[in-house]
Amino acid sequence: MAYTNDEVLGGLAELITDETGISADEVTLEKSFTDDLDIDSISMMTIVVNAEEKFGVTIPDDEVKNLKTVGDAVTYITSNQA
Amino acid sequence: MTATLNQPTGPAHTRIYAYGAARGENYVPNDDLVGPIDSSDEWIRQRTGIITRVRADHDTTAVDLATDAAREAVERSGVDPSLIDAVIVATISNPKQSPSVAAIVADRIGTTPAAAYDVNAACAGFSYGVAQADALIRSGVATYAVVVGAEKLSDIVDPTDRSISFLLGDGAGAAVVGPSDTPGIGPTVWGSDGSKADVVGMNYSLTEFRDGEAPWPTLRQEGPAVFRWAVWEMAKVARQALEVSGIEASDLAAFIPHQANMRIIDEFAKQLKLPDTVMIGRDIETTGNTSAASIPLATHRLLEEHPELSGGLALQIGFGAGLVFSAQVVVLP
Repeated sequence: MAYTNDEVLGGLAELITDETGISADEVTLEKSFTDDLDIDSISMMTIVVNAEEKFGVTIPDDEVKNLKTVGDAVTYITSNQA
Repeated sequence: MTATLNQPTGPAHTRIYAYGAARGENYVPNDDLVGPIDSSDEWIRQRTGIITRVRADHDTTAVDLATDAAREAVERSGVDPSLIDAVIVATISNPKQSPSVAAIVADRIGTTPAAAYDVNAACAGFSYGVAQADALIRSGVATYAVVVGAEKLSDIVDPTDRSISFLLGDGAGAAVVGPSDTPGIGPTVWGSDGSKADVVGMNYSLTEFRDGEAPWPTLRQEGPAVFRWAVWEMAKVARQALEVSGIEASDLAAFIPHQANMRIIDEFAKQLKLPDTVMIGRDIETTGNTSAASIPLATHRLLEEHPELSGGLALQIGFGAGLVFSAQVVVLP
């Protein structure tokens, strides 16, 4: 079953809240993981691994560097679903 | 008719008799390192859990640290040095490639003419050494062995590097391994993945440095990639080590992972769902990451602070540059 953009955003927000305590309301498409949400590289990797499991996608290490905003991650996940 | 060779066999079981430890003489706080990396004490603590790391004096070498740790382990073991016939030193930081650290250490601690050699398996080196000592003794090739992890990493750090240098410390940890009436060292789960050789290791070669093509070689890592591998891939290895040992996480008295980064240790423990009864090695907070030395240093400290752990089971797992990894369950002396 393919996830919609909204479902991925909602799921990602949950994962971000779990890892960092940031309120899910803060997690919007235009937010930068580092500059706006202050997520460090280790937390980012934890979120990535949990997102892989949750959405059944693979996000290679090299690709993680390109995910600057929440929107980048949502787009990557929705367009790489099995 | 061809003569038949003698082929040795050894005792059925081995165990660790005692540990020894040596740390660099100086505790270096985060504030001493933040200038060149434009950082802060808080930034380092948050990302690594490190408050201080130990670094050795200019004239103290990895050989010196290894000798001190090995000597303590041998003294505590009660084994006569003349009976020790194998000395294995895991190290990646001795600036003199030859002769081996092990041969010098073997002589300094009175075990000559023991077989002696170094192992290059980075942060998995101590666990590799324990695997070898166990195999050498059980096959009858050696009677008693000393395994040492020894590093003077401060010789191969770049103060301006934000990837790994500020984590690193200097030290050595050692263990004496010998025959046992009961199983004391479980099966080793180990391996490598050279396809990821670039994610952690030296940034340049000595010949590039000699020819003026590169600065003095130092350690570098791709932190996030290493973090993912160190937690989620290594959690699989750790579970496998428990499984082949025939035990459950709840049977453990201690979990002693390579002291790479407190965030790795915390997430690792979370992934393994360790019960609260399992004591976790967290020597990194004040010692820093000492590569091959980190597991025996953390074990030594746990045993000093919690002597009641003696006789309990500890899962140790090392992982690092290569990439290489190694895990086994041991009975704590």
